[in-house]
Amino acid sequence: MRIATTRAPRLRLGRALLNQGAKSEEPDMASATTTTTMMRSAMPAGRVHQKAGLLEDERWFAAALLLPTAVLLGLFIAYPFFQGIWLALTDTRVGVPGNFVGLKNFEKVWNDSIFRTAVWNTCWYTFITTIVKLVLGLWLAQLLNRHFKGKAWVRAFILLPFIIPTVLSTFAWKWMFDPTFSVLNWLFWQMGFITKRINWLGEPDLAFFSIIVVNIWRGVPFYAISLLAGLQTISPELQEAAAIDGANAWQRFLHITWPLLLPVTMVVTLFSVIQTFADFQLVYVLTGGGPANATHLFATYAYQIGVGTGLLSEGAAISLAIFPVLFIVVLLQLLYIRRVETR
Amino acid sequence: MPRVSRRNLLKLSGTGVAAGGLAGILASGRAPAYAQGTTMHWLKWNDFVPAADEHLRKVAIPEAEKALGIKINMETIGLNDLQARATAAIQSKAGADIIMGFNNHAQLYAASLADVSSLCESIDKAQGGYYDIAKGNCHDGKNWIAVPYCIVGGLMTYRKSWFDAAGITSFPKTWDEYHAAGKKLKAAGHPLGQSLGHSVGDPVAFTYPLMWSFGGKEVEADGKTVAINSKETIASVKFMTEFWKDSHDDGGLAWDDSSNNRAFLSGTISCTLNGASIYIESLRKPDQYKTDQGTPMKGDILHARLPAGPAGQYAFHSAQVMMVMGYSKNQKAAIDFLRWFHTPANYEGWFRSQKGFACGATKVWETNKLWDEDPVMKPFHNAPSFGRVPGFAGPSNQKAAEVLSKYIIADMYAKAVQGMPAEAAVAWAESELKKVYSV
Repeated sequence: MRIATTRAPRLRLGRALLNQGAKSEEPDMASATTTTTMMRSAMPAGRVHQKAGLLEDERWFAAALLLPTAVLLGLFIAYPFFQGIWLALTDTRVGVPGNFVGLKNFEKVWNDSIFRTAVWNTCWYTFITTIVKLVLGLWLAQLLNRHFKGKAWVRAFILLPFIIPTVLSTFAWKWMFDPTFSVLNWLFWQMGFITKRINWLGEPDLAFFSIIVVNIWRGVPFYAISLLAGLQTISPELQEAAAIDGANAWQRFLHITWPLLLPVTMVVTLFSVIQTFADFQLVYVLTGGGPANATHLFATYAYQIGVGTGLLSEGAAISLAIFPVLFIVVLLQLLYIRRVETR
Repeated sequence: MPRVSRRNLLKLSGTGVAAGGLAGILASGRAPAYAQGTTMHWLKWNDFVPAADEHLRKVAIPEAEKALGIKINMETIGLNDLQARATAAIQSKAGADIIMGFNNHAQLYAASLADVSSLCESIDKAQGGYYDIAKGNCHDGKNWIAVPYCIVGGLMTYRKSWFDAAGITSFPKTWDEYHAAGKKLKAAGHPLGQSLGHSVGDPVAFTYPLMWSFGGKEVEADGKTVAINSKETIASVKFMTEFWKDSHDDGGLAWDDSSNNRAFLSGTISCTLNGASIYIESLRKPDQYKTDQGTPMKGDILHARLPAGPAGQYAFHSAQVMMVMGYSKNQKAAIDFLRWFHTPANYEGWFRSQKGFACGATKVWETNKLWDEDPVMKPFHNAPSFGRVPGFAGPSNQKAAEVLSKYIIADMYAKAVQGMPAEAAVAWAESELKKVYSV
C-alpha cells in the first residue's frame, strides 16, 4: 500500500495545477468583456446583446467550444454506427434500399461456417498477439530505460515498424513470405535449417502464424515506447530503497515496477486490443482471408461480404458482431482503470 | 490591421462555411470542379498492359474529346479497388460516370446502372454479334446493364522446351494426359503452377472450367436448385487432389493473380493458366527473362486451351465491362463516349495496343490482322467463343456473382487440396451455395 501513498501527492499536485489553470483564465475573461463592450457600441442592441451574454456564461461558452468536436464525433462516429445497426437489420444490397428484416442477418451469419472461423481467428489473433506484444514490449521498454550510448537513436529506430504505413510494410512482409521468392526460406536454407521450402501463406496454420508474426512486429514498438514513458515516471528512489532493503531485480520488478506501471499498461493494452480486434489491412494484403478462408478476421470477412459481394446488410451484421465482445473488453478495462485512479 | 475577436472569427468562418462551401456543394449536388461544361469521369483499372492506358491518354481520349465536345477525366486504380469504389459511389449516389466492372460484377449493381440496351444492340448488330459470355455478364435477361469492353482470354501458358524434354510434343488434350505430363514435369523439377488463393482472376478461371468439364454445375437451369453435390463434381475434386499433389507447385495456395506470372518468368514453373500477360512481358524484356540455355524466354513460350474432361472443354475468361452509373448526370455523354470508343475505327487502335491480351467482345475482332502477326498469340483469337459464365447452368445473375466473389468454388478445391475429403469439400460448397440461392 506504499504505492497508494506515493500516488496521492501527485494527484493533489495535479488538482492544484488544474485550479491554477482555471484561475489564470480569469484575466482572459476580463479582456473578453472589454472587447464585447467595444463591439456592443458598434452593434444594434437587443438579440445580439442576449447572444453575447450567452457566450459570456462559462457553461454556454464551454458548450460552444465543445460543439465542433461533438458534431465531428456525431457525423463520423455516431452516425455511421447507428447507420450500421440499421443496415444490419435490413436486407439492403448495394444500390437497393432494403426492408426491415429484424435479426435475420444475424441468424444467417451465426449459421455461417466462414463467420465462425472468422470469430475464432479474431479472438485467437487478438489474444496471442496482445500477450506476446505486452511481454516483448515490456522487455524492450526495460532495456531502453537503461542508459547506454546512442539511446536516442535506438529509441527512434524501434518506432520504425509503427511509423511505416501498415500497407507498405505488409507488402514487404508479403514478399518475404512469397511462396517462390521468400527471403526467409532462402536464409533458412542457406543456414541449413530446412531442406524443403516453407509455404508460409499457403497452409492454413502457417498462414495464421505468419499474420500473427507480422502483427507482433508492427505492434511491439507501440507497447515499448508507451511503457517506456510509463517507466520513466517511476521514481528511481523507490527502486534504490527496495534494493537497499535487499530486494533482487525480479522482486523489484514484481513489487514496484509492475504495480506502478499497471495503469499505463492497461491503457496501452486497451488501445491495442481494440486495434487488433478490428485489424484489416494486414490480412487483406497478406492473404485476402485465404487459403480457403483460413485467415479471415471480422473486418476482412465483413469487407468481402459487404463490398465484394454487395450484401451491405450482412456485412454490417458481421462487423457489428465485434461490438459486444469489444464492449465487454473495453468495459472491464475501463472499470479497472477507474478503480486504480480513484484508489 | 483590424483586430479579429473571438466572436467575429466564429461568425465569419461560420457563415463562410455555410454559404460558400458545404451548402454550395450540397445544393448543386456535385463537386465545384465539375460546374463548367461537361466533364465525364471514367474510372477504370490500371491496365495490365500499360501501353493500352498510354494509348488512351495520348490518342483515344484527346480524339474523343474533340469529336464529342466534352472533357474526359480518366482515372485508373488497382483492379481490387474497383468494387470498393463502385459500392461507395452507388451508396452515396455520387462519383464517376462510368465505372469498370469485372466478370459479372455488373449483376451485383444492376439496380443502380443505366440501361445501355440501345447502344449494345447497335454494336451487336454491326460487329458480328457479342459472344455469349459478353452477353451473359452484361445482360440481366431483359436489358443490357453494362457495355462489354473486352474479354481477356485465359489459356495455358507453357514452356515448350521443358514439355519436349519430358516427351510431351503437343499440349495435352485431356485432363488425364495433362496429369500424366504434370507428373513427369514435376519429377524433372519443373512443376505446374496454379493459383488457388483469394484473387479475382486465376483461381476461379481454373476451377470453374475444371468443374464444368467433368460435368459439375452450381445450379440447375432454373437458377434456383443447387446441383453442385453430384458425382461429377466429386470426381473433379478427387482428380484435383491427386493432380495437385503429383504435379503442382504447392505455393499456389498463397498465390495472387501476379504470383504465377513471376513464378513462370523466373523459371520456377513450366505451365500455368493465365492471360497473355506472361508472354507479353517476356516480349517486352527479352534480356531479363531467359531460359536455362540463355536464350530469350519469349522463344520458348506457347499457349494452349485448358484440357477437356468427360463433359467437354471450357474456359472462364475474364470479362471487362463498363457500367454507366444510374446516378450520373452525364449519362448521355458517357454513352456517347462508349459509342465513339466502340466504333471499329476508334477501338482498333486500343485493341492493337493490347497486343492480344484483350480479345474483342464481338466476333468481328477474331479476324483482325493482329492475330496473324505472331503465331504464339494466335490461339487467343477466338478464345471467347469457348468460354462460359459463372452460374452455369443457371443465368450469370446476382446470385452467381455472389458465389463467385465469395470464392466458394475455388475454396472447394482448395479445401480438398489441403486434405479435406472430396465429399466433405463438395458438401461444404453445397451448404454455402444453398445459403446464397435460397434467399
